Amino acid sequence: MAKHRGRGIASVNYPIGMNLGGDPSQALVHATPTGKFVVTLSSIDLGQGMKSVTRQLAAETLGVPIEDVFVDTADSDTGPHCMGSFASRGTHRAGNAVIAAAKEAKEVLLEVAAEELEVDPKDLELDGRGNVQVKGAPSRAISVRDVAQRAHFKRGKSISGRGMFLVPPSDVDPETGEMNPVTTYAHACMVAEVEVDDETGEVTVLSLKAAYEIGRALNVKLVEQQLVGGAWMGISHALYETPEPYYPDRSHGPTDFNEYLMPGPGDMCPVEIELLERPALDGPYGAKGIGEMCATPPIPAIANAIFDAVGVRITEMPFTPEKILRALDAKAGR
Amino acid sequence: MTRAVRLELNGVEVAAVAEGGENLLTLLRERLGDTSPKAGCLQGTCGACTVLVDGEPVLACLMLAEAADGKRVTTVRGLADGPRLHPLQEAFMDGFAAQCGFCTPGMLVAAKALLDREPRPTREQVIEAIAGNVCRCTGYTPIVEAVLEAARRMAGRRG
Repeated sequence: MAKHRGRGIASVNYPIGMNLGGDPSQALVHATPTGKFVVTLSSIDLGQGMKSVTRQLAAETLGVPIEDVFVDTADSDTGPHCMGSFASRGTHRAGNAVIAAAKEAKEVLLEVAAEELEVDPKDLELDGRGNVQVKGAPSRAISVRDVAQRAHFKRGKSISGRGMFLVPPSDVDPETGEMNPVTTYAHACMVAEVEVDDETGEVTVLSLKAAYEIGRALNVKLVEQQLVGGAWMGISHALYETPEPYYPDRSHGPTDFNEYLMPGPGDMCPVEIELLERPALDGPYGAKGIGEMCATPPIPAIANAIFDAVGVRITEMPFTPEKILRALDAKAGR
Repeated sequence: MTRAVRLELNGVEVAAVAEGGENLLTLLRERLGDTSPKAGCLQGTCGACTVLVDGEPVLACLMLAEAADGKRVTTVRGLADGPRLHPLQEAFMDGFAAQCGFCTPGMLVAAKALLDREPRPTREQVIEAIAGNVCRCTGYTPIVEAVLEAARRMAGRRG
Protein backbone atom coordinates (compact mmCIF):
# COMPACT_ATOMS: atom_id res chain seq x y z
CA MET A 1 0.00 0.00 0.00
CA ALA A 2 1.48 3.30 -1.06
CA LYS A 3 0.90 6.74 -2.51
CA HIS A 4 1.67 7.03 -6.20
CA ARG A 5 2.37 10.21 -8.11
CA GLY A 6 1.23 10.77 -11.67
CA ARG A 7 1.11 13.44 -14.31
CA GLY A 8 -1.57 13.94 -16.96
CA ILE A 9 -2.04 16.29 -19.85
CA ALA A 10 -5.17 17.60 -21.58
CA SER A 11 -5.81 19.86 -24.54
CA VAL A 12 -9.06 21.70 -25.08
CA ASN A 13 -10.59 23.53 -28.03
CA TYR A 14 -13.61 25.49 -26.93
CA PRO A 15 -16.21 27.17 -29.18
CA ILE A 16 -17.29 30.68 -28.23
CA GLY A 17 -21.03 31.35 -28.11
CA MET A 18 -23.84 29.37 -29.65
CA ASN A 19 -23.11 27.91 -33.03
CA LEU A 20 -24.62 27.56 -36.53
CA GLY A 21 -25.42 31.28 -36.85
CA GLY A 22 -27.54 33.80 -35.02
CA ASP A 23 -26.79 34.20 -31.29
CA PRO A 24 -27.57 37.93 -31.30
CA SER A 25 -26.62 40.58 -28.78
CA GLN A 26 -27.48 44.26 -28.99
CA ALA A 27 -26.26 47.34 -27.13
CA LEU A 28 -27.17 51.01 -26.93
CA VAL A 29 -24.81 53.87 -26.07
CA HIS A 30 -25.87 57.42 -25.32
CA ALA A 31 -24.33 60.57 -23.89
CA THR A 32 -25.89 62.42 -20.98
CA PRO A 33 -26.09 66.25 -21.10
CA THR A 34 -22.86 66.39 -19.06
CA GLY A 35 -20.86 64.35 -21.58
CA LYS A 36 -20.84 61.07 -19.69
CA PHE A 37 -21.71 57.94 -21.62
CA VAL A 38 -24.12 55.19 -20.67
CA VAL A 39 -24.00 51.72 -22.20
CA THR A 40 -27.29 49.88 -21.92
CA LEU A 41 -27.28 46.15 -22.43
CA SER A 42 -28.97 43.06 -21.07
CA SER A 43 -25.87 40.93 -20.64
CA ILE A 44 -25.79 40.24 -16.95
CA ASP A 45 -22.70 40.70 -14.79
CA LEU A 46 -22.76 37.76 -12.37
CA GLY A 47 -19.27 38.40 -11.06
CA GLN A 48 -17.34 37.55 -14.20
CA GLY A 49 -16.75 41.23 -14.95
CA MET A 50 -19.14 41.94 -17.83
CA LYS A 51 -19.61 45.52 -16.63
CA SER A 52 -15.88 46.19 -16.31
CA VAL A 53 -15.12 44.81 -19.76
CA THR A 54 -18.06 46.70 -21.30
CA ARG A 55 -16.78 49.90 -19.74
CA GLN A 56 -13.30 49.30 -21.13
CA LEU A 57 -14.59 48.51 -24.62
CA ALA A 58 -16.87 51.57 -24.76
CA ALA A 59 -14.20 53.94 -23.39
CA GLU A 60 -11.59 52.60 -25.80
CA THR A 61 -13.89 52.89 -28.82
CA LEU A 62 -15.28 56.31 -27.93
CA GLY A 63 -11.88 57.65 -26.92
CA VAL A 64 -13.05 58.97 -23.55
CA PRO A 65 -11.76 58.30 -20.01
CA ILE A 66 -13.08 55.07 -18.49
CA GLU A 67 -14.42 57.09 -15.54
CA ASP A 68 -16.85 58.78 -17.94
CA VAL A 69 -18.55 55.53 -18.97
CA PHE A 70 -21.36 53.90 -17.01
CA VAL A 71 -22.94 50.54 -17.69
CA ASP A 72 -26.60 49.76 -17.13
CA THR A 73 -27.50 46.08 -17.23
CA ALA A 74 -30.53 46.61 -15.06
CA ASP A 75 -33.40 44.91 -16.83
CA SER A 76 -33.54 42.35 -19.61
CA ASP A 77 -37.27 43.11 -20.07
CA THR A 78 -36.65 46.68 -21.14
CA GLY A 79 -33.01 46.67 -22.30
CA PRO A 80 -31.64 45.90 -25.76
CA HIS A 81 -31.91 42.23 -26.62
CA CYS A 82 -29.19 39.81 -25.51
CA MET A 83 -29.28 36.04 -25.58
CA GLY A 84 -27.67 36.01 -22.12
CA SER A 85 -24.54 35.43 -20.06
CA PHE A 86 -23.69 31.82 -20.93
CA ALA A 87 -21.85 29.77 -23.58
CA SER A 88 -18.68 31.81 -22.92
CA ARG A 89 -20.28 34.42 -25.15
CA GLY A 90 -20.54 37.65 -23.13
CA THR A 91 -17.27 39.34 -24.02
CA HIS A 92 -17.33 38.19 -27.64
CA ARG A 93 -20.97 38.71 -28.62
CA ALA A 94 -22.01 41.62 -26.39
CA GLY A 95 -18.53 43.15 -26.66
CA ASN A 96 -18.86 43.41 -30.44
CA ALA A 97 -22.30 45.02 -30.03
CA VAL A 98 -20.88 47.54 -27.54
CA ILE A 99 -18.10 48.49 -29.96
CA ALA A 100 -20.59 48.95 -32.82
CA ALA A 101 -22.84 51.14 -30.65
CA ALA A 102 -19.91 53.22 -29.41
CA LYS A 103 -18.70 53.76 -32.98
CA GLU A 104 -22.08 55.10 -34.06
CA ALA A 105 -22.29 57.38 -31.00
CA LYS A 106 -18.79 58.63 -31.68
CA GLU A 107 -19.81 59.61 -35.22
CA VAL A 108 -22.53 61.89 -33.84
CA LEU A 109 -20.15 63.25 -31.21
CA LEU A 110 -17.65 64.20 -33.92
CA GLU A 111 -20.38 65.67 -36.16
CA VAL A 112 -21.52 68.04 -33.42
CA ALA A 113 -17.94 68.90 -32.45
CA ALA A 114 -17.15 69.59 -36.13
CA GLU A 115 -20.06 72.02 -36.38
CA GLU A 116 -18.89 73.83 -33.24
CA LEU A 117 -15.25 73.98 -34.36
CA GLU A 118 -16.20 74.66 -38.01
CA VAL A 119 -14.03 71.85 -39.35
CA ASP A 120 -14.58 68.55 -41.14
CA PRO A 121 -15.45 65.66 -38.74
CA LYS A 122 -12.76 63.57 -40.44
CA ASP A 123 -10.13 66.00 -39.13
CA LEU A 124 -11.17 65.44 -35.49
CA GLU A 125 -9.95 63.00 -32.86
CA LEU A 126 -10.55 62.29 -29.17
CA ASP A 127 -7.59 62.83 -26.83
CA GLY A 128 -8.71 60.14 -24.37
CA ARG A 129 -8.91 62.75 -21.60
CA GLY A 130 -12.35 64.16 -22.38
CA ASN A 131 -11.63 66.51 -25.31
CA VAL A 132 -12.23 66.54 -29.06
CA GLN A 133 -9.36 68.16 -30.93
CA VAL A 134 -8.26 68.92 -34.48
CA LYS A 135 -5.67 66.38 -35.61
CA GLY A 136 -2.26 68.03 -35.51
CA ALA A 137 -3.65 71.16 -33.85
CA PRO A 138 -4.62 70.20 -30.29
CA SER A 139 -5.09 73.84 -29.31
CA ARG A 140 -8.27 73.82 -31.44
CA ALA A 141 -10.35 71.66 -29.10
CA ILE A 142 -13.68 71.41 -27.34
CA SER A 143 -14.47 69.31 -24.30
CA VAL A 144 -16.78 66.31 -24.67
CA ARG A 145 -18.91 67.94 -21.97
CA ASP A 146 -19.36 71.07 -24.08
CA VAL A 147 -20.12 69.00 -27.17
CA ALA A 148 -22.82 67.17 -25.21
CA GLN A 149 -24.25 70.45 -23.95
CA ARG A 150 -24.41 71.89 -27.48
CA ALA A 151 -25.95 68.67 -28.84
CA HIS A 152 -28.66 68.64 -26.21
CA PHE A 153 -29.52 72.32 -25.90
CA LYS A 154 -28.48 73.97 -29.19
CA ARG A 155 -28.33 71.42 -31.99
CA GLY A 156 -31.15 69.15 -30.87
CA LYS A 157 -29.15 65.98 -31.42
CA SER A 158 -28.85 62.76 -29.48
CA ILE A 159 -25.26 61.56 -29.18
CA SER A 160 -26.13 57.91 -29.31
CA GLY A 161 -25.46 54.71 -31.15
CA ARG A 162 -26.95 51.29 -31.79
CA GLY A 163 -24.88 48.13 -31.84
CA MET A 164 -25.74 44.68 -33.06
CA PHE A 165 -23.79 41.47 -33.38
CA LEU A 166 -25.18 38.51 -35.26
CA VAL A 167 -23.24 35.46 -36.39
CA PRO A 168 -23.85 34.74 -40.08
CA PRO A 169 -25.70 31.45 -40.60
CA SER A 170 -23.62 28.55 -41.87
CA ASP A 171 -25.23 26.41 -44.57
CA VAL A 172 -24.41 22.74 -44.86
CA ASP A 173 -22.85 21.65 -48.16
CA PRO A 174 -25.31 18.98 -49.41
CA GLU A 175 -22.53 17.04 -51.10
CA THR A 176 -19.95 16.88 -48.34
CA GLY A 177 -21.86 17.82 -45.20
CA GLU A 178 -19.18 20.43 -44.62
CA MET A 179 -20.08 23.55 -42.69
CA ASN A 180 -18.54 26.19 -40.47
CA PRO A 181 -20.43 25.86 -37.22
CA VAL A 182 -18.27 28.14 -35.08
CA THR A 183 -16.54 31.44 -35.80
CA THR A 184 -14.05 31.37 -32.93
CA TYR A 185 -12.39 28.77 -30.75
CA ALA A 186 -10.31 29.32 -27.62
CA HIS A 187 -7.62 26.80 -26.76
CA ALA A 188 -5.97 25.46 -23.63
CA CYS A 189 -3.44 22.90 -22.53
CA MET A 190 -3.10 21.76 -18.93
CA VAL A 191 -0.77 19.49 -16.97
CA ALA A 192 -2.10 18.04 -13.71
CA GLU A 193 0.03 16.40 -11.05
CA VAL A 194 -1.75 14.10 -8.61
CA GLU A 195 -1.07 11.70 -5.80
CA VAL A 196 -3.25 8.59 -5.57
CA ASP A 197 -3.45 6.53 -2.39
CA ASP A 198 -3.97 2.90 -3.50
CA GLU A 199 -5.24 1.92 -0.06
CA THR A 200 -7.99 4.56 0.28
CA GLY A 201 -8.50 5.47 -3.38
CA GLU A 202 -8.15 9.12 -2.54
CA VAL A 203 -6.78 11.53 -5.14
CA THR A 204 -4.91 14.68 -4.15
CA VAL A 205 -4.27 17.25 -6.87
CA LEU A 206 -0.76 18.62 -6.29
CA SER A 207 -0.64 21.24 -9.01
CA LEU A 208 -2.31 22.45 -12.20
CA LYS A 209 -0.23 24.21 -14.85
CA ALA A 210 -1.92 25.56 -17.94
CA ALA A 211 -1.60 27.76 -21.00
CA TYR A 212 -4.74 29.44 -22.32
CA GLU A 213 -5.01 30.97 -25.79
CA ILE A 214 -7.91 33.40 -25.50
CA GLY A 215 -7.46 35.86 -28.36
CA ARG A 216 -6.75 38.89 -26.27
CA ALA A 217 -7.05 39.36 -22.51
CA LEU A 218 -9.10 42.56 -22.30
CA ASN A 219 -8.63 42.62 -18.52
CA VAL A 220 -5.80 40.40 -17.33
CA LYS A 221 -6.84 40.40 -13.66
CA LEU A 222 -10.40 39.34 -14.52
CA VAL A 223 -9.09 36.62 -16.82
CA GLU A 224 -6.76 35.23 -14.15
CA GLN A 225 -9.56 35.43 -11.58
CA GLN A 226 -11.82 33.30 -13.76
CA LEU A 227 -9.09 30.82 -14.65
CA VAL A 228 -8.12 30.20 -11.00
CA GLY A 229 -11.75 29.89 -9.94
CA GLY A 230 -12.40 27.63 -12.92
CA ALA A 231 -9.46 25.40 -12.01
CA TRP A 232 -11.08 24.85 -8.63
CA MET A 233 -14.40 24.06 -10.29
CA GLY A 234 -12.65 21.63 -12.63
CA ILE A 235 -11.16 19.78 -9.65
CA SER A 236 -14.62 19.80 -8.10
CA HIS A 237 -16.18 18.24 -11.21
CA ALA A 238 -13.34 15.73 -11.54
CA LEU A 239 -13.21 14.47 -7.97
CA TYR A 240 -16.24 15.57 -5.96
CA GLU A 241 -19.52 16.78 -7.39
CA THR A 242 -22.37 14.47 -8.21
CA PRO A 243 -26.08 14.28 -7.44
CA GLU A 244 -25.85 10.50 -7.88
CA PRO A 245 -25.34 8.10 -4.96
CA TYR A 246 -21.86 6.83 -4.29
CA TYR A 247 -22.86 3.46 -2.89
CA PRO A 248 -24.90 1.30 -3.18
CA ASP A 249 -28.11 2.97 -4.42
CA ARG A 250 -29.94 6.27 -4.82
CA SER A 251 -31.12 6.43 -1.20
CA HIS A 252 -27.49 6.99 -0.23
CA GLY A 253 -27.13 9.99 -2.55
CA PRO A 254 -26.94 13.57 -1.42
CA THR A 255 -30.27 15.14 -0.48
CA ASP A 256 -29.04 18.68 0.20
CA PHE A 257 -26.00 20.91 -0.03
CA ASN A 258 -24.64 19.48 3.20
CA GLU A 259 -24.00 16.21 1.38
CA TYR A 260 -23.17 17.60 -2.07
CA LEU A 261 -19.40 17.52 -1.92
CA MET A 262 -17.09 20.23 -3.17
CA PRO A 263 -13.43 20.87 -2.40
CA GLY A 264 -12.78 23.37 0.37
CA PRO A 265 -9.99 25.93 0.67
CA GLY A 266 -7.66 23.27 2.05
CA ASP A 267 -8.13 21.04 -1.01
CA MET A 268 -6.97 23.68 -3.49
CA CYS A 269 -3.60 23.22 -5.16
CA PRO A 270 -1.26 25.81 -6.66
CA VAL A 271 -2.42 26.89 -10.12
CA GLU A 272 0.03 28.30 -12.67
CA ILE A 273 -1.39 29.98 -15.75
CA GLU A 274 0.18 31.46 -18.86
CA LEU A 275 -1.91 33.51 -21.29
CA LEU A 276 -1.29 33.34 -25.01
CA GLU A 277 -2.81 36.06 -27.15
CA ARG A 278 -3.61 35.48 -30.81
CA PRO A 279 -6.36 38.01 -31.59
CA ALA A 280 -9.53 36.54 -33.07
CA LEU A 281 -10.49 38.14 -36.39
CA ASP A 282 -14.11 38.66 -35.32
CA GLY A 283 -13.45 39.32 -31.61
CA PRO A 284 -13.82 42.66 -29.82
CA TYR A 285 -10.24 43.95 -30.07
CA GLY A 286 -9.39 40.30 -30.74
CA ALA A 287 -10.91 38.80 -27.57
CA LYS A 288 -12.49 35.35 -27.35
CA GLY A 289 -14.18 33.95 -24.23
CA ILE A 290 -12.98 31.91 -21.24
CA GLY A 291 -16.16 31.47 -19.23
CA GLU A 292 -16.78 27.75 -19.45
CA MET A 293 -13.43 26.58 -20.78
CA CYS A 294 -11.76 27.54 -17.51
CA ALA A 295 -13.39 24.54 -15.77
CA THR A 296 -12.94 21.86 -18.44
CA PRO A 297 -9.17 21.05 -18.79
CA PRO A 298 -8.66 19.81 -15.19
CA ILE A 299 -11.09 16.92 -15.74
CA PRO A 300 -9.25 15.00 -18.52
CA ALA A 301 -5.86 16.10 -17.16
CA ILE A 302 -6.65 14.61 -13.73
CA ALA A 303 -8.08 11.43 -15.32
CA ASN A 304 -4.86 10.99 -17.28
CA ALA A 305 -2.75 11.72 -14.19
CA ILE A 306 -4.62 9.02 -12.24
CA PHE A 307 -3.85 6.55 -15.05
CA ASP A 308 -0.19 7.61 -14.97
CA ALA A 309 -0.11 7.15 -11.18
CA VAL A 310 -1.85 3.80 -10.70
CA GLY A 311 -2.64 2.49 -14.20
CA VAL A 312 -6.43 2.58 -14.09
CA ARG A 313 -8.75 4.41 -16.47
CA ILE A 314 -11.72 6.04 -14.75
CA THR A 315 -14.19 7.09 -17.43
CA GLU A 316 -17.07 8.40 -15.35
CA MET A 317 -17.05 11.56 -13.26
CA PRO A 318 -16.42 12.14 -10.44
CA PHE A 319 -13.32 10.00 -9.94
CA THR A 320 -14.30 8.86 -6.47
CA PRO A 321 -12.20 6.67 -4.15
CA GLU A 322 -14.72 3.88 -4.63
CA LYS A 323 -14.35 3.86 -8.42
CA ILE A 324 -10.57 3.92 -8.17
CA LEU A 325 -10.46 1.05 -5.65
CA ARG A 326 -12.84 -1.04 -7.78
CA ALA A 327 -10.69 -0.38 -10.84
CA LEU A 328 -7.54 -1.32 -8.91
CA ASP A 329 -9.23 -4.54 -7.77
CA ALA A 330 -10.27 -5.37 -11.33
CA LYS A 331 -6.77 -4.70 -12.59
CA ALA A 332 -5.32 -7.02 -9.94
CA GLY A 333 -7.91 -9.68 -10.77
CA ARG A 334 -9.46 -9.44 -7.28
CA MET B 1 -44.94 33.18 21.44
CA THR B 2 -43.03 36.37 20.75
CA ARG B 3 -40.13 37.76 22.63
CA ALA B 4 -38.38 41.15 22.73
CA VAL B 5 -34.69 40.90 21.85
CA ARG B 6 -32.28 43.70 22.71
CA LEU B 7 -28.81 43.60 21.30
CA GLU B 8 -25.92 45.76 20.20
CA LEU B 9 -25.73 45.63 16.40
CA ASN B 10 -22.50 47.05 14.98
CA GLY B 11 -22.15 49.32 18.01
CA VAL B 12 -25.77 50.54 18.11
CA GLU B 13 -28.37 49.47 20.68
CA VAL B 14 -31.35 47.96 18.86
CA ALA B 15 -34.45 46.01 19.80
CA ALA B 16 -36.94 43.89 17.90
CA VAL B 17 -39.70 41.40 18.54
CA ALA B 18 -38.87 37.86 17.45
CA GLU B 19 -41.27 34.98 16.90
CA GLY B 20 -40.63 31.87 18.96
CA GLY B 21 -38.12 29.67 17.13
CA GLU B 22 -37.02 32.49 14.84
CA ASN B 23 -33.33 32.46 14.02
CA LEU B 24 -30.87 35.33 14.34
CA LEU B 25 -30.54 35.61 10.56
CA THR B 26 -34.24 36.38 10.15
CA LEU B 27 -34.09 38.85 13.03
CA LEU B 28 -31.15 40.67 11.42
CA ARG B 29 -32.40 40.64 7.83
CA GLU B 30 -36.16 41.06 8.22
CA ARG B 31 -36.71 42.81 11.55
CA LEU B 32 -33.56 44.94 11.84
CA GLY B 33 -33.00 45.56 8.11
CA ASP B 34 -29.37 44.42 8.01
CA THR B 35 -29.33 42.26 4.86
CA SER B 36 -25.54 41.95 4.78
CA PRO B 37 -25.51 38.43 6.28
CA LYS B 38 -26.72 36.28 3.38
CA ALA B 39 -29.31 33.52 3.49
CA GLY B 40 -27.67 30.60 1.67
CA CYS B 41 -28.32 27.02 2.70
CA LEU B 42 -30.21 27.85 5.94
CA GLN B 43 -28.86 24.63 7.46
CA GLY B 44 -25.43 25.70 8.69
CA THR B 45 -23.30 24.36 5.86
CA CYS B 46 -22.44 27.32 3.61
CA GLY B 47 -21.27 30.06 5.99
CA ALA B 48 -22.86 32.92 4.04
CA CYS B 49 -24.74 34.08 7.17
CA THR B 50 -21.66 34.23 9.43
CA VAL B 51 -21.77 37.04 12.02
CA LEU B 52 -19.83 37.72 15.19
CA VAL B 53 -21.63 37.29 18.51
CA ASP B 54 -19.54 38.72 21.34
CA GLY B 55 -16.57 38.43 18.97
CA GLU B 56 -17.05 34.76 18.08
CA PRO B 57 -18.06 33.68 14.55
CA VAL B 58 -21.56 32.22 14.57
CA LEU B 59 -23.87 30.88 11.85
CA ALA B 60 -26.84 33.21 12.22
CA CYS B 61 -29.17 30.67 10.58
CA LEU B 62 -28.55 28.19 13.40
CA MET B 63 -28.73 30.56 16.39
CA LEU B 64 -32.08 31.35 17.96
CA ALA B 65 -32.79 35.07 17.83
CA GLU B 66 -33.62 35.20 21.52
CA ALA B 67 -30.22 33.67 22.35
CA ALA B 68 -28.66 36.89 21.01
CA ASP B 69 -30.47 38.94 23.68
CA GLY B 70 -27.97 41.17 25.45
CA LYS B 71 -25.11 40.25 23.10
CA ARG B 72 -22.86 42.25 20.80
CA VAL B 73 -23.51 41.29 17.16
CA THR B 74 -21.20 42.36 14.32
CA THR B 75 -22.15 41.89 10.68
CA VAL B 76 -19.99 42.79 7.70
CA ARG B 77 -21.63 46.23 7.80
CA GLY B 78 -19.84 46.81 11.07
CA LEU B 79 -16.36 46.24 9.63
CA ALA B 80 -15.86 49.62 7.94
CA ASP B 81 -15.02 52.66 10.04
CA GLY B 82 -17.34 55.23 8.48
CA PRO B 83 -16.13 55.69 4.89
CA ARG B 84 -12.86 53.87 5.66
CA LEU B 85 -13.01 50.23 4.70
CA HIS B 86 -11.52 47.58 6.95
CA PRO B 87 -8.09 46.35 5.72
CA LEU B 88 -9.71 42.99 4.99
CA GLN B 89 -12.22 44.65 2.67
CA GLU B 90 -9.43 46.60 0.94
CA ALA B 91 -7.35 43.46 0.50
CA PHE B 92 -10.35 41.55 -0.90
CA MET B 93 -10.87 44.34 -3.46
CA ASP B 94 -7.20 44.65 -4.39
CA GLY B 95 -6.77 40.88 -4.64
CA PHE B 96 -9.90 40.21 -6.73
CA ALA B 97 -11.12 37.92 -3.96
CA ALA B 98 -14.80 38.26 -4.87
CA GLN B 99 -16.73 37.42 -8.00
CA CYS B 100 -20.48 37.01 -7.52
CA GLY B 101 -20.02 38.30 -3.97
CA PHE B 102 -22.60 36.13 -2.22
CA CYS B 103 -20.07 34.43 0.10
CA THR B 104 -18.05 37.61 0.65
CA PRO B 105 -19.86 38.99 3.74
CA GLY B 106 -19.49 35.66 5.56
CA MET B 107 -15.88 35.28 4.42
CA LEU B 108 -14.99 38.76 5.68
CA VAL B 109 -16.62 38.19 9.06
CA ALA B 110 -14.97 34.76 9.49
CA ALA B 111 -11.63 36.31 8.54
CA LYS B 112 -12.10 39.18 10.99
CA ALA B 113 -12.75 36.71 13.80
CA LEU B 114 -9.44 35.05 12.91
CA LEU B 115 -7.41 38.28 12.77
CA ASP B 116 -8.92 39.51 16.05
CA ARG B 117 -7.74 36.29 17.67
CA GLU B 118 -4.54 35.74 15.68
CA PRO B 119 -3.14 38.90 14.04
CA ARG B 120 -0.37 37.02 12.20
CA PRO B 121 -2.02 33.82 11.03
CA THR B 122 -0.35 31.10 9.00
CA ARG B 123 -1.84 29.98 5.69
CA GLU B 124 -3.16 26.85 7.44
CA GLN B 125 -4.90 28.97 10.06
CA VAL B 126 -6.56 31.08 7.36
CA ILE B 127 -7.73 27.95 5.55
CA GLU B 128 -9.15 26.56 8.79
CA ALA B 129 -10.89 29.84 9.60
CA ILE B 130 -12.78 29.94 6.27
CA ALA B 131 -13.25 26.17 5.92
CA GLY B 132 -16.93 26.55 6.84
CA ASN B 133 -17.56 29.16 4.17
CA VAL B 134 -18.41 27.88 0.70
CA CYS B 135 -17.32 29.82 -2.39
CA ARG B 136 -18.35 28.74 -5.89
CA CYS B 137 -16.43 31.33 -7.92
CA THR B 138 -12.93 32.16 -6.73
CA GLY B 139 -11.27 28.81 -6.08
CA TYR B 140 -10.51 30.13 -2.55
CA THR B 141 -6.88 30.95 -3.34
CA PRO B 142 -7.49 34.70 -3.87
CA ILE B 143 -9.46 34.79 -0.59
CA VAL B 144 -6.70 33.08 1.40
CA GLU B 145 -4.14 35.45 -0.16
CA ALA B 146 -6.29 38.49 0.65
CA VAL B 147 -6.62 37.54 4.33
CA LEU B 148 -2.85 37.04 4.59
CA GLU B 149 -2.28 40.37 2.82
CA ALA B 150 -4.68 42.16 5.20
CA ALA B 151 -2.80 40.69 8.18
CA ARG B 152 0.50 41.97 6.75
CA ARG B 153 -0.95 45.45 6.15
CA MET B 154 -2.44 45.63 9.66
CA ALA B 155 0.88 44.54 11.18
CA GLY B 156 2.60 47.28 9.14
CA ARG B 157 0.20 49.94 10.42
CA ARG B 158 0.74 48.89 14.02
CA GLY B 159 4.48 49.25 13.35
